[in-house]
Amino acid sequence: MDTCAAEFGVDTPYLYSSYETESEAAPTDRRKVMILGSGPNRIGQGIEFDYCCVQACWALQDLGYETIMVNCNPETVSTDYDTSDRLYFEPLTLEDVLDIYEAEQPAGVIVQFGGQTPLNLTKPLQAAGVPIWGTAPDAIDLAEDRGRFGALLAELDIPQPANGIAANLAEARQIARQIGYPVLVRPSYVLGGRAMAICYDEAMLESYVAEAVAAAEGRGLLIDQYIEDAFEVDVDAVADGRQVIIGGVMQHIEEAGVHSGDSACVLPPYKISYYHLNTIHEYVRQLGLAPGVRGLMNVQFAIKDDIAYVLEVNPRASRTVPFVSKATGLSLARVAAQIMAGKTLAELGIDTEPKIDGFFVKEAVLPFKKLPGAINTLGPEMRSTGEVMGHAAHFGHAFAKAEMAAGTALPLEGAVLISVNDFDKGSASKIARDFHRMGFQLLATRGTARFLAHAGLPVQAVNKVSQGSPHVIDYVRRGELALIVNTPLGRDAYSDGVALRREAIRYNVPLLTTLSAASAAVAGIRALRQSELKVRSLQEHFGRGTLRTSALESRL
Amino acid sequence: MHAILALEDNTILHGERFGAKRTVVGEVVFNTSMTGYQEVITDPSYRGQIVTMTTPHIGNVGVNPEDVESDRPQVQALVVREISPTVSNWRAAESLPDYLARHGIPGISEVDTRALTRHIRERGALKAALSTNDMPAAELVALARAWEGLENRDTVREVTCAEPYTWQQGGLHQFQPNAHAPADAHPYHVVAYDFGLKHNILRRLVDHGCRVTVVPATTPAEEVLARAPDGVFLSNGPGDPAGLPYAAAAVKTLLASDLPIFGICLGHQLLGLALGGRTYKLKFGHHGGNQPVRDEATGRVEVTAQNHNYAVDPESLDPGRVHVTHWNLNDHTVEGLRLTDRPVFSVQYHPEASPGPHDADYLFARFVAMMQR
Repeated sequence: MDTCAAEFGVDTPYLYSSYETESEAAPTDRRKVMILGSGPNRIGQGIEFDYCCVQACWALQDLGYETIMVNCNPETVSTDYDTSDRLYFEPLTLEDVLDIYEAEQPAGVIVQFGGQTPLNLTKPLQAAGVPIWGTAPDAIDLAEDRGRFGALLAELDIPQPANGIAANLAEARQIARQIGYPVLVRPSYVLGGRAMAICYDEAMLESYVAEAVAAAEGRGLLIDQYIEDAFEVDVDAVADGRQVIIGGVMQHIEEAGVHSGDSACVLPPYKISYYHLNTIHEYVRQLGLAPGVRGLMNVQFAIKDDIAYVLEVNPRASRTVPFVSKATGLSLARVAAQIMAGKTLAELGIDTEPKIDGFFVKEAVLPFKKLPGAINTLGPEMRSTGEVMGHAAHFGHAFAKAEMAAGTALPLEGAVLISVNDFDKGSASKIARDFHRMGFQLLATRGTARFLAHAGLPVQAVNKVSQGSPHVIDYVRRGELALIVNTPLGRDAYSDGVALRREAIRYNVPLLTTLSAASAAVAGIRALRQSELKVRSLQEHFGRGTLRTSALESRL
Repeated sequence: MHAILALEDNTILHGERFGAKRTVVGEVVFNTSMTGYQEVITDPSYRGQIVTMTTPHIGNVGVNPEDVESDRPQVQALVVREISPTVSNWRAAESLPDYLARHGIPGISEVDTRALTRHIRERGALKAALSTNDMPAAELVALARAWEGLENRDTVREVTCAEPYTWQQGGLHQFQPNAHAPADAHPYHVVAYDFGLKHNILRRLVDHGCRVTVVPATTPAEEVLARAPDGVFLSNGPGDPAGLPYAAAAVKTLLASDLPIFGICLGHQLLGLALGGRTYKLKFGHHGGNQPVRDEATGRVEVTAQNHNYAVDPESLDPGRVHVTHWNLNDHTVEGLRLTDRPVFSVQYHPEASPGPHDADYLFARFVAMMQR
């Protein structure tokens, strides 16, 4: 990029390719590493990966390498002129990356800091003779290939949700029947949960398959057992081939099925048993060692009853790496980059999981208010455009801070509307009781109201929109609701609730679409009513020396 | 169809031809304006030069009868990365290749203009020959080397008017550079020396309330004074100011009067020479629409249109009498002069824009204010 049309020479150029007669790249003969970013700016394009690329640049520069950043997102810090030594403003395609590789001749290429986009280039890059740093391409394939991955889990005796691959509707039907509904269906090899759907019955499956088989481009549909009412847990870890160190175990506040980029999560997990945590640790260790992960890995679990199912293993940076790093003070991306450059965890002095002081809650910042009319429910496709972190000694306070920072501060009084599906009514009555005890008025749609009244709670019944005015949306518009708990079920219920959710967003009324989020809100409100929030900067937090601060650079 | 651009240092660029079929020699320079190729091509200051546009796509808005800066294209030849195959603008009357062909001017496209620009940036402006009628490269290099060049030559005589004339036309209403309505009275009589005058300077003078009499470059000062003007304007123009001793002498005579004098570009350089200063050739000059200039009096930075290869040496001026009022922020060359004892000032850049930003239009108002006093 050159705003002066080559009139002057520049010291920190943004290089880009064109089909012309000469190259202005002028590579040096230093030792160098190429880092692939995560692609152009769009919703679902995590700035989280940008963090990892920046950390990797700094770590490798400190080890004496020239860093070459390749990415085409002008909004990122990793593409600032002063982050990497050299910057190629290019799309993450094989042609462009190979052109740069040929021009620069780096010692290696790092594919695991930019999410799935650069990871998908691993095989063709390797085939072209490009050395891939970190986890070997075959190990990446082992984690990505469903068949090989399933075999590995079976060999390690680690449970995963029942699953299958269907080439057509008949096969899909048969597999879904075998597994049992609900099932999670998606085309194989899609990014970021796009085109994914939860099917609750055969009719839904049929209508989905009709659309999706074409989109699958003959590569088949993946069908997984959808584990309802499970806790979802995300683990970020770093491994060097000999050791696996867990950076953090995060518990999702929403149920499984919401994209990890959109879901609130808490570190450390506060509702997971010691037994499950031990199991998770052991599984992560085995999943890091067996394929020989070198660098970052992310493992997603769904915990239901006594089983911790492995949903997936990503041999790359995940969206939660910056959150874990900032909460623990151990920059996982930095450590991973050092490992890829040949260091071991032992050499880096990292032998135990970092300790966590208090609770850290990550909450997604959603753009619905700024994009009126956009789909506003959470699901497998990522919708958030940012994230915030709340930190406090107690979970309730940490959650309240995160909600406040995300733009929907929790109310301390007022009226709560509760409208939940039949499966949630039992648990909802406990949440309603807690709201009532804290002095909130209870409003509920008729079915829910009946259930709550039966439990002896004072509740005012309110019409659904279809039952005529005055209905729930009138209450939202009149500003009479302080908070809404609305858990739809199934695809139809989701669309029924669209108008309510749209108005809640428009009038900035906090809206909780899962019961786990609602109970977190109860904890948050309770904490806020008991004591005021305290504020402490991360610098102050880590300045006390209670944590491993060596990895927390002053420039962080 | 094949075209060749050959530089005196034996650099050969092959491309496709457009415009006229012939062979020309000239000094190859680059212009960084992203818009306004028609104004660039018709600017008489480009006389003797082969102009490379750094903007890669040229010709897409065609050519119209209003946006000309003189009565014909003035460049020796045009070098572009890509000539637009279509014309898409409601004002267009003709395509750029047709316009150039009609005036006998050749062009070359499909060359790496960025590489050429970088070459000029390193080597400075170069003599070159361009052929669209199949002259072999070796002969073109020889032609370029044999060409006398622009230094110490008088190219102004090729572009100045033959006879004095008056100019009354303002700019097109919809393209006025500021919110103010053009003047409806024209109380000030300005005599403008035509060293290669751009029409938009005349339009701006008219819109600021001037009646303009344009005179040929060789007009003696006495004839100008005999017309009893309220002010004298010294225009832009091509080539080396050192090749115009008659013009510098005329300016020197005019300085003895108390008349307000305003000079632009070559007119600014001639003022410098008339004040006893020196001019020198820049490596590759300033040609474009985004040259930053700081006004020393206010500290304000103007983004300016420029087109010149020569500059006034500030060391050669009498600091007691001449103030440097504007500096170029890129290379710290002189961009403006003012006399301390006379209502006389000049700028190296082009406040009339065409093409370029209108930041400096206030200078015409300043000239008018001097004539008011």
